[in-house]
Amino acid sequence: MMNLFKIAIRNLIRYKRRTLLTASLITIGVVFVLVFVSITGSFKAMMIGQITDSMLGHLQIHRKGYVASIDNLPLNLNMKSQAYAKVATVLDATPEVAAFSPRLKFGGMFSNFVETTNIRLNGIYPDREFQTVPLLTSRISEGKKVLNRGEILIPILLAKGLNVKLGDTVVIVATNADGSVNGKQFIVSGILESATGPGGRDGYVHIEDAAEVLRMPEAEVSEVAIRLKDFSRLPTAVKQLETKVAGVVNKEGRSMFEVHSWEQLSPFFNIARMIDVMTFFIKIMLIAIVLISIMNVMIMAVYERIREIGTIAAIGTLPGKIRSMFIIEGFCLGIVGAIVGGLLGSAVILIVNLVGIRFDFGQQQGLLLKATLNPNDLLTVSVIVIFVAVAASLQPAIKASKMEPIEALRHV
Amino acid sequence: MALIKAQNITKDYQTEDVVVHALQEVDFEIEPASFVSFVGPSGSGKTTILNLIGCLDKPSAGNLRIADTDVINLGRKESAAFRGKYLGFIFQDFNLIPVLTVYENIEYPLIMVQNIAPQERRERISRMLAAVDMTDQAHKYPHQISGGQKQRVAIARALVTNPALVLADEPTANLDSQTAYAVIGLMKKMRDDFGTTFIFSTHDTKIVGEAEVIFRLEDGRLVGKETKGGTKS
Repeated sequence: MMNLFKIAIRNLIRYKRRTLLTASLITIGVVFVLVFVSITGSFKAMMIGQITDSMLGHLQIHRKGYVASIDNLPLNLNMKSQAYAKVATVLDATPEVAAFSPRLKFGGMFSNFVETTNIRLNGIYPDREFQTVPLLTSRISEGKKVLNRGEILIPILLAKGLNVKLGDTVVIVATNADGSVNGKQFIVSGILESATGPGGRDGYVHIEDAAEVLRMPEAEVSEVAIRLKDFSRLPTAVKQLETKVAGVVNKEGRSMFEVHSWEQLSPFFNIARMIDVMTFFIKIMLIAIVLISIMNVMIMAVYERIREIGTIAAIGTLPGKIRSMFIIEGFCLGIVGAIVGGLLGSAVILIVNLVGIRFDFGQQQGLLLKATLNPNDLLTVSVIVIFVAVAASLQPAIKASKMEPIEALRHV
Repeated sequence: MALIKAQNITKDYQTEDVVVHALQEVDFEIEPASFVSFVGPSGSGKTTILNLIGCLDKPSAGNLRIADTDVINLGRKESAAFRGKYLGFIFQDFNLIPVLTVYENIEYPLIMVQNIAPQERRERISRMLAAVDMTDQAHKYPHQISGGQKQRVAIARALVTNPALVLADEPTANLDSQTAYAVIGLMKKMRDDFGTTFIFSTHDTKIVGEAEVIFRLEDGRLVGKETKGGTKS
């Protein structure tokens, strides 16, 4: 086997320029794919992190039908305290759950006594909410990173539009479940930066205050946001919770709750899928580059060495060994392309991080992209390149091994 | 017992609408350790007969036994294995592998064809290099040595596997006359030293004289056999 490698490597060195060009082409392809996969993967992970850790949580539980009408924030589809207690019991008993936060969502009128506008509000238990969506505090650009009763966190666009400042008194007026209207004064304790996605421009009040505005004797719950200990176990956790909450039924024996992962709640999931599709096609392009370049170079190699093939076949080299000789040449080209491409790709990613790429996403500005190269991606791309290199060498190698020595020796 | 026994060997080539009779009902026997030449003008069938003996081609009709093996019925892989075990080849254009050194070219069939152990390999190659007087050129590549030296390396490569038979198709065609004689002389010496049968083809009348058994071919027919020492048939 070592001799097959020796002959293959020397044959590659024999045609230096061609080998260099082919290896360079593969290397460029690998670098391009790695940088693309790294940047898009990091962008995706970062945006998913922003969405789940500052607003949505990893998954949510709602009363059945709530998500379908979520644009209206229907109060009649909230969970009563007894129903929420059942959900809380399930969540407490689920080891995958790191934290969960009940929210009472409602729409209302926001007034600074001069002007009035609409606002969507989340009534929360601040400690539980900050544990479930830890990046929420980082969105508080002005003010305290806490929320007490009688205080409100308002989105920055609202603050700018109505010229509301920290410490100002504002009024929230909301329609209650029975159709009556109620209002309550709040002190603005913080200004929230906007985030892209559902809930990215919502305000926050204490859940007890929300219940007071809505004249609820006990705070009802519109949704329960959940944070998992291990985000990568999301699909398993969703299935597990679906099974568990399916056991919680109403008087008619029907299941009361439904579980939604962030993917079902945020439109960014479609962008994430698009990124995955683009990455897939970029990998296909890499496969095409490797396939065409190696096939081309190996066809040339076989054509140029017909007499040599005839000679080694005549002196008794078995067809399998002749085949291996050419496959190993392709394999070596793939290895060189994968290793050099991997090293250069890593270097480019390092440079990208040193330079620091900043970008805006929706209302979020100046986000710093930290490109990271997942070892699995490096391994996958290398395996693809080497596998395709070997596959591309197969046809020329089989052709070489099937040559009749007498005809090959006659070749001029 | 004859090393090669050919009976009624016929070889036809079909080229479009024309059938070319390359060999017609050729019979001959070749004894072990003989130094044989097939001679004749171009198109007489010399290369065809060497290709058949070399198991590189199959006759259209007739029987051919080499080393007591019916080589006509060997499959593709069996033919390759037979060549690797019993035959050595010397080509007109030397056909050394350009990416391997002189040493590695001689070593090639021992590794890739016969799978000989390293120690024995080294001994055999050293012996062959000394026999063809190429020891001091062992680490040169084919493009760094002369035509005569290349053919000496080719002889060493053909003999290093201890074949029963070495086939050489016009081995001196690309060499000047002095080198050609030297190469034929070396082949004869090798026959004497190793007892290997040599069969070569040539159209050079001076070189023919070096052979001990001469088969004359004309238009695909064997028209005469001369044995050094005077026997003619």
